[in-house]
Amino acid sequence: MTQPAPTARRDAQPSAGPQNRELGGRRPAGLRADARNLSLLGVLAALIVVGGLTRPDQFLAASNLQLVLTQASVIGVVTVGMTFVITGGGIDLSVGAIVALASVWATTVATQEYGFAGILFTAAAVGLGCGLVNGLLIAYGGMAPFIATLAMLASARGLALQITDGRTQIVTVDAVLDLGVPDAYVLGVPPLVLVFAAVTAIGWLLLNRTVFGRRTVAVGGNAEAARLAGIDVRRQRLYLYLLSGLCCGIAAFLLIVLSGSGQNTNGNLYELDAIAAAIIGGTLLSGGRGTIAGSVLGVLVFTTITNIFALNNLQSDVQQIAKGAIIVAAVLVQRRTLRDSAT
Amino acid sequence: MAPEPPPLLTMDGIVKSFPGVRALDGVDLDVRTGEVHCLLGQNGAGKSTLIKVLSGAHQPDRGEIRWRGRRVALSSPSAAMRLGIATIYQELDLVESLTVAENVFLGHEPTLARILVRRGRAHSAAARLLARLGHPEIAPDRPVARLSAAQRQIVSMARALSHDVRLIVMDEPSAALDPDEVGNLSRVIAGLTAGGVAVVYISHRLEEIRRIGDRVTVLKDGRAVARGLPAKQTPTHDIVAMMTGRTVERLFPERLFPERLLPGRGGDGPADSGAAAPVLTAEGLARKGEFAPLDLQLRPGEIVGLAGLVGSGRSEILETLYGARRPSAGRVLVNGVPLRPGSVRAAVRAGIGLAPEERKSQALLMLQSVTANVSAPSLTRFSRGGWIDRTAERNAARAATRDLSLRPDDPDTPVRTLSGGNQQKAVLARWLLRGCRVLLLDEPTRGVDVGARAELYAVIRRLADDGLAVLLVSSEIPEVLGLADRVLVLREGRVVHTAPARELDEHRVLDLVLEGSATP
Repeated sequence: MTQPAPTARRDAQPSAGPQNRELGGRRPAGLRADARNLSLLGVLAALIVVGGLTRPDQFLAASNLQLVLTQASVIGVVTVGMTFVITGGGIDLSVGAIVALASVWATTVATQEYGFAGILFTAAAVGLGCGLVNGLLIAYGGMAPFIATLAMLASARGLALQITDGRTQIVTVDAVLDLGVPDAYVLGVPPLVLVFAAVTAIGWLLLNRTVFGRRTVAVGGNAEAARLAGIDVRRQRLYLYLLSGLCCGIAAFLLIVLSGSGQNTNGNLYELDAIAAAIIGGTLLSGGRGTIAGSVLGVLVFTTITNIFALNNLQSDVQQIAKGAIIVAAVLVQRRTLRDSAT
Repeated sequence: MAPEPPPLLTMDGIVKSFPGVRALDGVDLDVRTGEVHCLLGQNGAGKSTLIKVLSGAHQPDRGEIRWRGRRVALSSPSAAMRLGIATIYQELDLVESLTVAENVFLGHEPTLARILVRRGRAHSAAARLLARLGHPEIAPDRPVARLSAAQRQIVSMARALSHDVRLIVMDEPSAALDPDEVGNLSRVIAGLTAGGVAVVYISHRLEEIRRIGDRVTVLKDGRAVARGLPAKQTPTHDIVAMMTGRTVERLFPERLFPERLLPGRGGDGPADSGAAAPVLTAEGLARKGEFAPLDLQLRPGEIVGLAGLVGSGRSEILETLYGARRPSAGRVLVNGVPLRPGSVRAAVRAGIGLAPEERKSQALLMLQSVTANVSAPSLTRFSRGGWIDRTAERNAARAATRDLSLRPDDPDTPVRTLSGGNQQKAVLARWLLRGCRVLLLDEPTRGVDVGARAELYAVIRRLADDGLAVLLVSSEIPEVLGLADRVLVLREGRVVHTAPARELDEHRVLDLVLEGSATP
């Protein structure tokens, strides 16, 4: 409504011809989403070419690609949860801190006594618990998501430090450690990658095919319209932070498996990586539009950059600059494709 | 046969208070099956609150609601929907990023095991509903963001019908519609009522209510001052008198301003306005795909009206003159000096002011006071070295708003608490304070009630008499004809006719606008 001109222009044109509709309705919307993701796929392809050219023998080795995917798994799971929160019109700054807290809580001596299940359950429960607090404060306490999750960031990190006293907690449960060795495979895939794939698939289904996903988009796109359509907006918001918390718990477990330990410094700056990956993937920061596929592509782009830079012995400061440039470039490209598809 | 079946819906003594305001003060309403029951009242009379009570979005403090004779509580929007009450709001109704079908079934999607959405089913059901509403051309998979206002209205209606609906509440459904779309709307409503659905219809337009309404309830100050009047027989001046509590004999400005029609009042024709040099000139101004090259001259003291449908390029022309859009050809001159194209700053400096169509989103800082809103473009006048002289600012704002009799007469009032008419006055006061010479008005009376309209018309007229040049855009042809001295009729971005307002009448303009069969 703030842009009367395009509306007016579309008025004048005969809208999409009937033959177009006969050919199956979902095509245009799907194509538009694909166009957004395509630019990101292009970036990923370019990166792979760069990696292949600069370090031909190392980059394309199966073990390296497996490493990239494994590294992407942890932040990828967090990003899926973040995508839901942002699509629903919120933001979760506490994801990194929740990952840290869940990873140290799940690796205390007391927890490790309960073995594999104890660690997994604790990581998930801590994630859910933090998500519950976030969600209650935001949905029912009326706090701004930015503030509530900023408070959670501070206190969860503090609690993590208190639990560990700054020391690394070594995991002694073999069932957990076995999953993290380089040649561990489940169904022919490294277990972390399998979890990442499963979370991605479930997230995609949840966002695109379920009532839950539809409501997430509605609440993020127009909360008042959602309320008037009979949707319990507050409960939906609570669910979104619970979901994000759960994803953090799963990510914390993956990190425990990967590193064989729990540390209070885990998940540092994950919130920025997850938000950046979701945004360059095409999720709208103001809510109302989100894409899981785009977010996962965003994660893969970032992880691949890190990998290429590491293989080429470049410092992390250069990496950071490149990441920033990619964020700007990706968003600029998106704006262009959006504009083109609008006219 | 029973002597008289109970009404579909009865509301008795509904009271609803908000902090500081009693919005509803004992409202009664009864709606019969299959009727179109019109709800009339000025802004602030309580219509919106009543609708929200009816839709379950607000809970009444006191009062009784009966549905088919049984007492019910409409405790939430979904509770109202379960009974069969659906509401079409004026705005806020649709989620732009979702598709048509997704919006239609939002909140009650057809599902598999209550989790998975059955998209194919939603899709075809939405298509059927849209066809039933006479708009099969709206594709169910289109994102709502890409629909026109009229099409969105249809989608809202399809959403209402997607429930097993017995009563549809429509809040100013025609506000965003063009005349032919209003015609379609009344056909749709006739179809609904023939099927036994009752409609509660809110509108500011009396002639519309006469055409499609069965009975009328008039609200004033949170009370029903008249219930169930016959819509077609009750005389207009009776209804207006009930709405305003005073007799407003003339609704339309042409009768409010009979002196406009007298000869000799400069501005009507080139002959008598030849003396004054134009303050604003457009030379071959055009934007590709929006409007064709336009030549326009505005003289001090003159009101020029642009008549045309939504999408005919009216707002685009105003925004291009204002520099908010960059012209693809031509130029704009103020007092003979060309303006830098596409620069709002240049336009404002030269003395052009715009009162945009969407006051709340495009003009006002809703959370700020009247003072802050009025002084926004003139702040440099009240500042020294970056510090704002708040007393001077406040006094200047007060002087400007008093001049327009903005109420309440307190420059510290938050703008969001003002009525639509007074918000519009705040926008006008802003440009008066800035000392502008050309005022561009886009739908100045949108969402403004009847009584306040007359006052706004008088204000606009007086500003012109004081030497301002005014360019007016309005969907309401009587408003253009009544207020403007000269009228430009637009169709599809092209000026198809220019004439003094007194030489035109509503039918003629409608014909021109709609490309009717009548020949000039």
